[in-house]
Amino acid sequence: MSEKQEFDSRLQAVLRRVYGEQIALASANRLSGGASQETWLLTLNGTGAPETLILRRAPEGMEATDDSRAIGLPNEARLIRKAAAAGVAVPEVVHVLEPDEGVGEGFIMSRVEGETIARRILRNDEYAKARENLPAQCGRALAGIHRIDGSDVPRIRKSTGLAQVEQYEQTYQEIGVCRPIFDLAIVWLKENAPKPLEPMLVHGDFRLGNIMVDKQGLAAVLDWELAHYGDPREDIGWMCTNSWRFGQSEKRLGGFGDVEPLLDAYAAAGGAEFTPRDIDWWDMLGSMKWGIMCMGMYETFRSGADASVERAAIGRRVSETEMDLVNLLEGQRYA
Amino acid sequence: MHDQPSVSELVQAVKNFVDHSAMPELKGRAAFHARVASNVLATILRDLDARDANDAAEYERLKALLPDSDGKSRQALNEELQGRIRSGELTIESAALMEHLKKTAIAQLKVDQPKYSGLATAIED
Repeated sequence: MSEKQEFDSRLQAVLRRVYGEQIALASANRLSGGASQETWLLTLNGTGAPETLILRRAPEGMEATDDSRAIGLPNEARLIRKAAAAGVAVPEVVHVLEPDEGVGEGFIMSRVEGETIARRILRNDEYAKARENLPAQCGRALAGIHRIDGSDVPRIRKSTGLAQVEQYEQTYQEIGVCRPIFDLAIVWLKENAPKPLEPMLVHGDFRLGNIMVDKQGLAAVLDWELAHYGDPREDIGWMCTNSWRFGQSEKRLGGFGDVEPLLDAYAAAGGAEFTPRDIDWWDMLGSMKWGIMCMGMYETFRSGADASVERAAIGRRVSETEMDLVNLLEGQRYA
Repeated sequence: MHDQPSVSELVQAVKNFVDHSAMPELKGRAAFHARVASNVLATILRDLDARDANDAAEYERLKALLPDSDGKSRQALNEELQGRIRSGELTIESAALMEHLKKTAIAQLKVDQPKYSGLATAIED
């Protein structure tokens, strides 16, 4: 048996344990993902099971380590189940992989129909209604997420806004490049940090690309690996960061809408009351973080760890965030 | 050294090959990386065109912005600027600093990602 056949056969055994012996795995196709996290589309034959499912897995030896910011796939599955119980739209986790099942670490979830690619969501006519609905839907979803009690889920760290500035400053200094715009942004962010709020569970990567969108709008919140305890404004500011407006700068919220309807729906659903100005600091934090993440991804090329053209090219996206930081810092001069 | 074809012409020739011969034959991840490669080749062409003038202009601005700059390299002046920002000596209240950083960012972005939305925003102001 080839390695892939072996993998498929173990996966089928897992699915039979969940749905019964009458089902068969028709195919398992890798959709995307990096070296440490894979997404697979599974198709099934037989009655009593969905026709398609999604597998998220890390191959053996590639699991998130304790020093990683990622919480690891089993904990991600736990959080998704809690989010479902809190009324947040998420895929249904149907099975969490056990070590003795021999297919690595991860979980199997329902396949939610829709689109994740931001440019299509922002430009295609079929998502016009979705774009209209999304701000309030995102506000309600975030209010639900921020209420989740994750205290019994391991490995969820606390990371406040100021701690993130310091963490990314350290990364920037370790990389050792001289890009004074980042120094200016870091100094400004430190000196103008808002009073911290009581930490709550935040998604940590809430933006287009990580949510499933159908014609009516938000269908599922995905990619929970960076969840942590932090400031609720972080999730709102990240979606407002210009890098995640995908070219539609004039629409502050994700390139599809205004932040006000999100904030209104957030407060109406039990979240705190924020003004758009309360999000400014987090918006700038987002640009600073993404810029330094791009530097870090380029470092994997420079160090020889990843020879791909994509990793090299991302180093030439740092200047996008430099421009955004200059624009935002100029705005603060007159604020 | 001879320069026929020039470096720019050679890069353009490779870009033509990637765009018109290789990319239509590729699928999936390989097609994605071919698109990235084509964009990189376009960046190289812009970099070849603009680097000397951009570096010279940045150097002149740094010399005007910082005292005692005689005989110091552009790199040394950038490090000095970084130090003055970190120490809080230069802040966003300095119009000269902001103007320098904005011009530097615009010049870099015109080479790296000329279609990026933030560039249009900066130039509008």
